[in-house]
Amino acid sequence: MAVKLKEGVYWVGVVDWALRHFHGHELSTHRGSSYNAYLIVDEKVVLVDTAWTPFQDEFIKNVSEVIDPASIDIVVANHAESDHSGSLPAIMRHTPNAKVIVSQRGKESIEGHYHQPWNFKTVKTGEKVNIGKHDLVFVEAPMLHWPDSMFTYLAGANILMPNDAFGQHYATAFHFNDEVNQVELYEEALKYYANILTPFSPLVLKKIDEVLALNLPVDMIAPSHGVIWRKDPLQIVNKYKEWAAQKPGSSAVILYDTMWDGTLHMAEAIGEGIASEDIDYKLFHVGLSDRNDVVTEIFKAGAVVVGSPTFNQGVLPTIRPIMEDLRGLKFQNKIGAAFGTYGWSGEGLAIIEDHIKNCKMPLVAEGVKAKWQPRPDDLSKCRELGVKVAQAIKGEK
Amino acid sequence: MVKYRCTVCGWIYDPEIGDPDGGVAPGTAFEDIPDDWQCPVCGAAKSEFEKVD
Repeated sequence: MAVKLKEGVYWVGVVDWALRHFHGHELSTHRGSSYNAYLIVDEKVVLVDTAWTPFQDEFIKNVSEVIDPASIDIVVANHAESDHSGSLPAIMRHTPNAKVIVSQRGKESIEGHYHQPWNFKTVKTGEKVNIGKHDLVFVEAPMLHWPDSMFTYLAGANILMPNDAFGQHYATAFHFNDEVNQVELYEEALKYYANILTPFSPLVLKKIDEVLALNLPVDMIAPSHGVIWRKDPLQIVNKYKEWAAQKPGSSAVILYDTMWDGTLHMAEAIGEGIASEDIDYKLFHVGLSDRNDVVTEIFKAGAVVVGSPTFNQGVLPTIRPIMEDLRGLKFQNKIGAAFGTYGWSGEGLAIIEDHIKNCKMPLVAEGVKAKWQPRPDDLSKCRELGVKVAQAIKGEK
Repeated sequence: MVKYRCTVCGWIYDPEIGDPDGGVAPGTAFEDIPDDWQCPVCGAAKSEFEKVD
Protein backbone atom coordinates (compact mmCIF):
# COMPACT_ATOMS: atom_id res chain seq x y z
CA MET A 1 0.00 0.00 0.00
CA ALA A 2 1.48 3.35 -1.07
CA VAL A 3 1.74 6.07 1.59
CA LYS A 4 1.74 9.79 0.78
CA LEU A 5 4.60 11.85 2.22
CA LYS A 6 3.71 15.16 0.58
CA GLU A 7 1.84 16.26 -2.56
CA GLY A 8 3.12 14.06 -5.37
CA VAL A 9 5.59 12.14 -3.18
CA TYR A 10 4.84 8.56 -2.10
CA TRP A 11 6.45 5.75 -0.15
CA VAL A 12 6.06 2.66 -2.37
CA GLY A 13 8.21 0.26 -0.35
CA VAL A 14 7.67 -3.17 1.16
CA VAL A 15 7.57 -4.06 4.87
CA ASP A 16 9.34 -7.35 5.66
CA TRP A 17 7.94 -8.47 9.03
CA ALA A 18 9.40 -11.98 8.82
CA LEU A 19 13.04 -11.02 8.15
CA ARG A 20 15.34 -12.31 10.88
CA HIS A 21 18.70 -12.29 9.03
CA PHE A 22 20.25 -9.71 6.81
CA HIS A 23 23.45 -9.55 4.71
CA GLY A 24 22.90 -13.27 4.29
CA HIS A 25 23.17 -14.40 7.90
CA GLU A 26 25.63 -11.76 9.09
CA LEU A 27 23.15 -9.38 10.71
CA SER A 28 20.22 -10.35 12.93
CA THR A 29 17.02 -8.37 12.45
CA HIS A 30 14.76 -9.32 15.37
CA ARG A 31 12.17 -6.72 14.41
CA GLY A 32 12.14 -7.38 10.66
CA SER A 33 12.84 -4.51 8.26
CA SER A 34 11.46 -2.61 5.28
CA TYR A 35 12.80 -1.76 1.84
CA ASN A 36 11.83 1.86 1.29
CA ALA A 37 11.41 3.29 -2.19
CA TYR A 38 9.92 6.66 -3.10
CA LEU A 39 7.87 7.71 -6.11
CA ILE A 40 7.68 11.36 -7.19
CA VAL A 41 4.94 12.27 -9.63
CA ASP A 42 5.81 15.64 -11.15
CA GLU A 43 6.20 16.65 -14.81
CA LYS A 44 8.59 13.72 -14.82
CA VAL A 45 7.89 10.54 -12.87
CA VAL A 46 10.83 9.56 -10.70
CA LEU A 47 11.41 6.36 -8.71
CA VAL A 48 14.06 6.51 -5.97
CA ASP A 49 15.44 3.03 -5.16
CA THR A 50 13.45 -0.24 -5.28
CA ALA A 51 12.97 -3.30 -3.01
CA TRP A 52 14.85 -6.56 -2.42
CA THR A 53 14.41 -9.04 -5.27
CA PRO A 54 12.12 -11.62 -3.51
CA PHE A 55 9.58 -8.79 -3.10
CA GLN A 56 9.63 -7.49 -6.66
CA ASP A 57 6.02 -8.46 -7.45
CA GLU A 58 4.65 -6.76 -4.34
CA PHE A 59 6.88 -3.76 -5.05
CA ILE A 60 5.64 -3.37 -8.65
CA LYS A 61 2.06 -3.70 -7.34
CA ASN A 62 2.74 -0.84 -4.84
CA VAL A 63 4.17 1.38 -7.58
CA SER A 64 1.21 0.52 -9.84
CA GLU A 65 -1.25 1.80 -7.20
CA VAL A 66 0.13 5.28 -7.93
CA ILE A 67 1.12 5.16 -11.61
CA ASP A 68 1.73 2.77 -14.47
CA PRO A 69 5.38 1.67 -14.08
CA ALA A 70 5.79 2.17 -17.83
CA SER A 71 5.46 5.92 -17.23
CA ILE A 72 8.55 6.13 -14.99
CA ASP A 73 10.98 8.57 -16.64
CA ILE A 74 13.84 8.39 -14.15
CA VAL A 75 15.03 5.76 -11.69
CA VAL A 76 17.53 6.97 -9.10
CA ALA A 77 19.71 4.17 -7.72
CA ASN A 78 21.35 5.61 -4.61
CA HIS A 79 23.09 2.32 -3.81
CA ALA A 80 23.62 -0.98 -5.69
CA GLU A 81 23.15 -3.35 -2.73
CA SER A 82 20.46 -5.92 -3.57
CA ASP A 83 18.05 -4.95 -0.81
CA HIS A 84 17.59 -1.64 -2.69
CA SER A 85 18.40 -2.39 -6.32
CA GLY A 86 16.93 -5.90 -6.37
CA SER A 87 13.74 -4.95 -8.21
CA LEU A 88 15.54 -2.68 -10.68
CA PRO A 89 15.59 -5.30 -13.48
CA ALA A 90 11.86 -5.90 -13.02
CA ILE A 91 11.09 -2.15 -13.11
CA MET A 92 13.32 -1.64 -16.15
CA ARG A 93 11.39 -4.33 -18.03
CA HIS A 94 8.36 -2.04 -17.66
CA THR A 95 10.24 1.14 -18.59
CA PRO A 96 13.36 0.11 -20.56
CA ASN A 97 14.18 3.63 -21.76
CA ALA A 98 14.13 5.30 -18.36
CA LYS A 99 17.22 7.21 -17.30
CA VAL A 100 19.03 5.47 -14.43
CA ILE A 101 20.75 8.09 -12.28
CA VAL A 102 23.75 6.84 -10.29
CA SER A 103 27.00 8.11 -8.83
CA GLN A 104 30.15 7.41 -10.87
CA ARG A 105 30.90 4.37 -8.70
CA GLY A 106 27.19 3.50 -8.77
CA LYS A 107 27.39 3.00 -12.53
CA GLU A 108 30.15 0.46 -11.97
CA SER A 109 28.38 -1.38 -9.13
CA ILE A 110 24.89 -1.42 -10.73
CA GLU A 111 26.33 -2.64 -14.04
CA GLY A 112 28.41 -5.11 -12.03
CA HIS A 113 25.26 -6.55 -10.42
CA TYR A 114 22.88 -6.71 -13.40
CA HIS A 115 25.08 -6.61 -16.52
CA GLN A 116 22.48 -4.53 -18.43
CA PRO A 117 23.26 -1.58 -20.75
CA TRP A 118 20.66 0.72 -19.20
CA ASN A 119 20.48 4.43 -20.01
CA PHE A 120 22.82 5.55 -17.18
CA LYS A 121 23.40 9.15 -16.16
CA THR A 122 26.18 9.65 -13.61
CA VAL A 123 25.97 12.58 -11.22
CA LYS A 124 28.30 14.35 -8.81
CA THR A 125 27.68 16.22 -5.57
CA GLY A 126 25.63 19.37 -6.13
CA GLU A 127 24.27 18.35 -9.52
CA LYS A 128 20.58 19.13 -10.05
CA VAL A 129 17.98 17.55 -12.30
CA ASN A 130 14.74 19.46 -12.74
CA ILE A 131 11.63 17.27 -12.87
CA GLY A 132 8.94 20.03 -12.89
CA LYS A 133 7.99 21.71 -9.63
CA HIS A 134 10.83 19.86 -7.92
CA ASP A 135 14.56 19.49 -8.46
CA LEU A 136 16.55 16.38 -7.61
CA VAL A 137 19.82 17.39 -5.94
CA PHE A 138 22.52 14.75 -5.43
CA VAL A 139 25.16 14.37 -2.73
CA GLU A 140 27.78 11.65 -3.14
CA ALA A 141 28.39 9.82 0.14
CA PRO A 142 31.23 7.38 -0.54
CA MET A 143 31.66 4.70 2.15
CA LEU A 144 28.30 5.48 3.81
CA HIS A 145 28.37 2.63 3.55
CA TRP A 146 29.66 1.59 0.06
CA PRO A 147 31.80 3.47 -2.45
CA ASP A 148 28.69 3.98 -4.63
CA SER A 149 26.45 5.45 -1.92
CA MET A 150 24.61 8.67 -2.69
CA PHE A 151 21.91 10.86 -1.09
CA THR A 152 19.10 12.40 -3.13
CA TYR A 153 17.41 15.60 -1.95
CA LEU A 154 14.02 16.61 -3.34
CA ALA A 155 14.10 20.39 -3.53
CA GLY A 156 10.58 21.84 -3.49
CA ALA A 157 9.41 19.20 -1.02
CA ASN A 158 12.43 19.48 1.33
CA ILE A 159 12.80 15.70 1.58
CA LEU A 160 16.22 14.13 1.99
CA MET A 161 16.51 10.52 0.81
CA PRO A 162 19.87 9.35 2.23
CA ASN A 163 19.37 5.64 1.44
CA ASP A 164 20.90 3.59 4.30
CA ALA A 165 22.01 6.54 6.45
CA PHE A 166 19.60 7.18 9.35
CA GLY A 167 17.79 3.90 8.60
CA GLN A 168 16.66 1.12 10.91
CA HIS A 169 15.79 -2.56 10.42
CA TYR A 170 12.36 -2.06 11.91
CA ALA A 171 9.12 -3.39 10.41
CA THR A 172 6.20 -1.20 11.46
CA ALA A 173 2.50 -0.75 10.78
CA PHE A 174 2.96 3.03 10.48
CA HIS A 175 5.72 4.73 8.52
CA PHE A 176 6.62 7.95 10.35
CA ASN A 177 8.86 8.31 13.38
CA ASP A 178 6.21 9.98 15.56
CA GLU A 179 3.88 7.02 15.04
CA VAL A 180 6.08 4.26 16.46
CA ASN A 181 7.50 3.09 19.78
CA GLN A 182 10.46 5.41 20.46
CA VAL A 183 12.47 2.94 22.54
CA GLU A 184 12.31 0.27 19.82
CA LEU A 185 13.07 2.84 17.13
CA TYR A 186 16.26 4.05 18.80
CA GLU A 187 17.37 0.52 19.73
CA GLU A 188 17.20 -0.45 16.07
CA ALA A 189 18.77 2.82 14.87
CA LEU A 190 21.72 2.27 17.23
CA LYS A 191 22.08 -1.44 16.36
CA TYR A 192 22.16 -0.42 12.68
CA TYR A 193 24.81 2.23 13.30
CA ALA A 194 26.98 0.03 15.50
CA ASN A 195 26.96 -2.99 13.17
CA ILE A 196 27.25 -1.20 9.83
CA LEU A 197 28.49 2.38 10.14
CA THR A 198 31.00 2.29 13.02
CA PRO A 199 34.07 1.94 10.78
CA PHE A 200 33.02 4.98 8.76
CA SER A 201 32.42 7.25 11.75
CA PRO A 202 34.94 9.93 10.70
CA LEU A 203 33.22 10.05 7.29
CA VAL A 204 29.78 10.26 8.94
CA LEU A 205 30.84 13.41 10.79
CA LYS A 206 32.31 14.98 7.64
CA LYS A 207 29.25 14.15 5.54
CA ILE A 208 26.83 15.57 8.14
CA ASP A 209 28.80 18.82 8.27
CA GLU A 210 28.89 18.93 4.45
CA VAL A 211 25.13 18.41 4.12
CA LEU A 212 24.30 20.92 6.87
CA ALA A 213 26.59 23.47 5.17
CA LEU A 214 24.42 23.21 2.03
CA ASN A 215 21.72 24.91 4.14
CA LEU A 216 18.93 22.92 2.54
CA PRO A 217 15.63 23.04 4.41
CA VAL A 218 14.84 19.50 5.56
CA ASP A 219 11.23 18.67 6.45
CA MET A 220 11.69 14.91 6.24
CA ILE A 221 14.54 12.41 6.20
CA ALA A 222 13.35 9.34 4.29
CA PRO A 223 15.85 6.47 4.57
CA SER A 224 15.84 3.12 2.76
CA HIS A 225 14.90 1.05 5.85
CA GLY A 226 12.47 1.65 8.67
CA VAL A 227 10.51 4.77 9.52
CA ILE A 228 10.65 8.19 7.90
CA TRP A 229 11.82 11.02 10.17
CA ARG A 230 9.21 13.78 9.83
CA LYS A 231 8.87 15.03 13.42
CA ASP A 232 12.05 16.92 14.32
CA PRO A 233 14.03 15.07 11.60
CA LEU A 234 17.34 16.53 12.77
CA GLN A 235 17.09 14.48 15.96
CA ILE A 236 18.58 11.47 14.18
CA VAL A 237 21.30 13.61 12.59
CA ASN A 238 22.31 14.84 16.05
CA LYS A 239 22.22 11.26 17.36
CA TYR A 240 24.52 10.17 14.51
CA LYS A 241 26.94 12.98 15.42
CA GLU A 242 26.97 11.73 18.99
CA TRP A 243 27.48 8.10 17.93
CA ALA A 244 30.12 8.97 15.34
CA ALA A 245 32.15 10.88 17.93
CA GLN A 246 32.51 7.59 19.86
CA LYS A 247 33.19 9.29 23.18
CA PRO A 248 34.64 6.78 25.67
CA GLY A 249 31.92 4.69 27.30
CA SER A 250 31.49 4.32 31.04
CA SER A 251 30.81 0.58 31.27
CA ALA A 252 32.54 -2.69 30.39
CA VAL A 253 31.63 -5.77 28.38
CA ILE A 254 33.19 -9.15 29.20
CA LEU A 255 33.11 -11.54 26.22
CA TYR A 256 33.96 -15.18 26.73
CA ASP A 257 33.40 -18.77 25.83
CA THR A 258 34.25 -21.67 28.09
CA MET A 259 34.65 -25.41 27.74
CA TRP A 260 34.20 -26.49 31.35
CA ASP A 261 33.42 -23.23 33.20
CA GLY A 262 37.02 -22.37 34.18
CA THR A 263 37.06 -19.29 31.93
CA LEU A 264 33.50 -18.50 33.04
CA HIS A 265 34.56 -18.33 36.70
CA MET A 266 37.41 -16.01 35.73
CA ALA A 267 34.94 -13.82 33.79
CA GLU A 268 32.65 -13.62 36.81
CA ALA A 269 35.51 -12.61 39.08
CA ILE A 270 36.57 -9.86 36.65
CA GLY A 271 32.98 -8.63 36.73
CA GLU A 272 33.06 -8.54 40.54
CA GLY A 273 36.19 -6.42 40.39
CA ILE A 274 34.62 -3.99 37.90
CA ALA A 275 31.44 -3.63 39.95
CA SER A 276 33.39 -3.13 43.17
CA GLU A 277 34.48 0.20 41.62
CA ASP A 278 30.85 1.12 40.84
CA ILE A 279 31.28 0.58 37.10
CA ASP A 280 28.57 -1.31 35.25
CA TYR A 281 29.39 -4.39 33.19
CA LYS A 282 27.72 -7.05 31.04
CA LEU A 283 28.87 -10.62 30.65
CA PHE A 284 28.35 -12.35 27.29
CA HIS A 285 28.83 -16.04 26.54
CA VAL A 286 29.65 -15.48 22.86
CA GLY A 287 28.80 -19.05 21.90
CA LEU A 288 25.22 -18.46 23.01
CA SER A 289 24.70 -14.75 22.41
CA ASP A 290 23.53 -12.95 19.29
CA ARG A 291 26.71 -11.52 17.79
CA ASN A 292 25.13 -8.30 16.53
CA ASP A 293 23.49 -7.57 19.88
CA VAL A 294 26.93 -8.04 21.46
CA VAL A 295 28.40 -5.61 18.89
CA THR A 296 25.83 -3.00 19.96
CA GLU A 297 26.89 -3.47 23.60
CA ILE A 298 30.57 -3.22 22.63
CA PHE A 299 29.75 0.01 20.84
CA LYS A 300 28.28 1.49 24.03
CA ALA A 301 31.04 0.23 26.34
CA GLY A 302 34.30 1.87 27.31
CA ALA A 303 36.19 -1.38 27.93
CA VAL A 304 36.19 -4.74 26.17
CA VAL A 305 37.50 -7.73 28.16
CA VAL A 306 37.91 -10.94 26.14
CA GLY A 307 38.50 -14.44 27.45
CA SER A 308 38.90 -17.92 26.02
CA PRO A 309 40.54 -21.19 27.00
CA THR A 310 43.54 -22.19 24.89
CA PHE A 311 42.30 -24.64 22.26
CA ASN A 312 44.47 -26.36 19.61
CA GLN A 313 47.25 -23.86 20.36
CA GLY A 314 44.83 -21.06 19.67
CA VAL A 315 41.49 -19.78 20.96
CA LEU A 316 38.01 -21.33 20.73
CA PRO A 317 36.65 -20.87 17.19
CA THR A 318 33.44 -19.54 18.77
CA ILE A 319 35.27 -16.43 19.99
CA ARG A 320 36.74 -15.70 16.53
CA PRO A 321 33.57 -14.11 15.05
CA ILE A 322 33.40 -11.34 17.66
CA MET A 323 37.18 -10.85 17.43
CA GLU A 324 36.69 -10.31 13.71
CA ASP A 325 34.09 -7.64 14.49
CA LEU A 326 36.52 -5.94 16.89
CA ARG A 327 38.94 -5.70 13.95
CA GLY A 328 36.53 -4.89 11.16
CA LEU A 329 34.35 -2.29 12.85
CA LYS A 330 37.34 -0.12 13.84
CA PHE A 331 35.93 0.95 17.21
CA GLN A 332 37.51 4.07 18.65
CA ASN A 333 38.37 5.16 22.19
CA LYS A 334 38.07 1.79 23.89
CA ILE A 335 40.44 -0.06 26.20
CA GLY A 336 40.84 -3.80 26.54
CA ALA A 337 42.07 -6.73 28.58
CA ALA A 338 42.30 -10.50 28.20
CA PHE A 339 42.00 -13.65 30.29
CA GLY A 340 41.55 -17.41 30.01
CA THR A 341 42.37 -20.87 31.24
CA TYR A 342 44.74 -23.40 29.70
CA GLY A 343 45.89 -26.96 30.28
CA TRP A 344 49.35 -27.17 28.79
CA SER A 345 50.62 -24.98 25.92
CA GLY A 346 48.62 -21.85 26.79
CA GLU A 347 48.97 -19.72 23.61
CA GLY A 348 45.41 -18.34 23.90
CA LEU A 349 46.05 -15.36 26.17
CA ALA A 350 48.82 -13.85 24.03
CA ILE A 351 46.72 -14.33 20.89
CA ILE A 352 43.82 -12.40 22.41
CA GLU A 353 46.09 -9.65 23.76
CA ASP A 354 47.83 -9.17 20.39
CA HIS A 355 44.49 -9.03 18.66
CA ILE A 356 43.09 -6.43 21.07
CA LYS A 357 46.21 -4.30 20.62
CA ASN A 358 45.93 -4.58 16.82
CA CYS A 359 42.35 -3.39 17.14
CA LYS A 360 43.72 -0.14 18.61
CA MET A 361 42.42 -0.87 22.11
CA PRO A 362 45.23 -0.28 24.58
CA LEU A 363 45.54 -3.05 27.18
CA VAL A 364 44.69 -1.83 30.67
CA ALA A 365 47.01 -4.35 32.32
CA GLU A 366 48.60 -7.73 31.75
CA GLY A 367 45.98 -10.42 31.21
CA VAL A 368 45.29 -13.29 33.60
CA LYS A 369 45.96 -16.94 32.76
CA ALA A 370 44.93 -19.86 34.98
CA LYS A 371 45.79 -23.55 34.66
CA TRP A 372 42.92 -26.09 34.54
CA GLN A 373 40.36 -24.65 37.01
CA PRO A 374 41.18 -21.25 38.60
CA ARG A 375 42.33 -21.33 42.23
CA PRO A 376 41.40 -18.65 44.78
CA ASP A 377 44.49 -16.61 44.00
CA ASP A 378 43.78 -16.81 40.23
CA LEU A 379 40.31 -15.42 40.95
CA SER A 380 41.87 -12.66 43.10
CA LYS A 381 44.06 -11.71 40.14
CA CYS A 382 40.89 -11.62 38.01
CA ARG A 383 39.16 -9.32 40.50
CA GLU A 384 42.25 -7.07 40.49
CA LEU A 385 42.12 -6.96 36.69
CA GLY A 386 38.47 -5.94 36.91
CA VAL A 387 39.37 -3.18 39.36
CA LYS A 388 42.08 -1.90 36.98
CA VAL A 389 39.63 -1.94 34.05
CA ALA A 390 37.10 0.07 36.06
CA GLN A 391 39.70 2.55 37.25
CA ALA A 392 40.91 3.02 33.68
CA ILE A 393 37.33 3.72 32.58
CA LYS A 394 36.99 6.33 35.29
CA GLY A 395 40.43 7.81 34.60
CA GLU A 396 39.50 8.50 31.01
CA LYS A 397 36.43 10.54 31.82
CA MET B 1 53.38 18.16 -2.89
CA VAL B 2 50.80 16.36 -4.99
CA LYS B 3 47.63 14.90 -3.51
CA TYR B 4 46.29 11.52 -4.65
CA ARG B 5 42.70 10.25 -4.71
CA CYS B 6 41.49 6.69 -4.04
CA THR B 7 39.45 5.73 -7.11
CA VAL B 8 37.50 3.13 -5.11
CA CYS B 9 36.11 5.32 -2.34
CA GLY B 10 37.24 8.88 -3.04
CA TRP B 11 39.51 9.38 0.00
CA ILE B 12 42.28 11.92 -0.62
CA TYR B 13 45.89 11.28 0.43
CA ASP B 14 47.39 14.58 1.52
CA PRO B 15 51.20 14.28 1.75
CA GLU B 16 51.30 17.01 4.40
CA ILE B 17 49.13 14.85 6.69
CA GLY B 18 50.41 11.42 5.60
CA ASP B 19 48.66 8.37 7.12
CA PRO B 20 50.27 8.01 10.56
CA ASP B 21 47.99 5.14 11.65
CA GLY B 22 49.04 3.32 8.48
CA GLY B 23 52.74 3.92 9.09
CA VAL B 24 53.13 6.83 6.66
CA ALA B 25 54.63 9.92 8.29
CA PRO B 26 53.41 13.43 7.45
CA GLY B 27 55.48 14.89 4.64
CA THR B 28 55.75 11.61 2.73
CA ALA B 29 55.31 11.97 -1.00
CA PHE B 30 52.80 9.48 -2.45
CA GLU B 31 55.50 7.89 -4.63
CA ASP B 32 57.54 7.10 -1.52
CA ILE B 33 54.76 5.15 0.23
CA PRO B 34 55.49 1.37 0.30
CA ASP B 35 53.69 -0.61 -2.42
CA ASP B 36 51.82 -2.80 0.08
CA TRP B 37 50.09 0.21 1.71
CA GLN B 38 46.27 0.30 1.54
CA CYS B 39 43.69 3.08 1.57
CA PRO B 40 42.87 3.59 5.26
CA VAL B 41 39.16 4.04 4.54
CA CYS B 42 38.32 1.22 2.16
CA GLY B 43 41.46 -0.93 1.86
CA ALA B 44 42.10 -0.27 -1.83
CA ALA B 45 45.62 -0.97 -3.08
CA LYS B 46 48.12 1.84 -3.69
CA SER B 47 47.82 1.11 -7.44
CA GLU B 48 44.16 2.23 -7.37
CA PHE B 49 45.05 5.83 -6.54
CA GLU B 50 45.17 8.63 -9.09
CA LYS B 51 46.85 12.03 -9.03
CA VAL B 52 44.57 14.93 -8.10
CA ASP B 53 44.83 17.70 -10.71
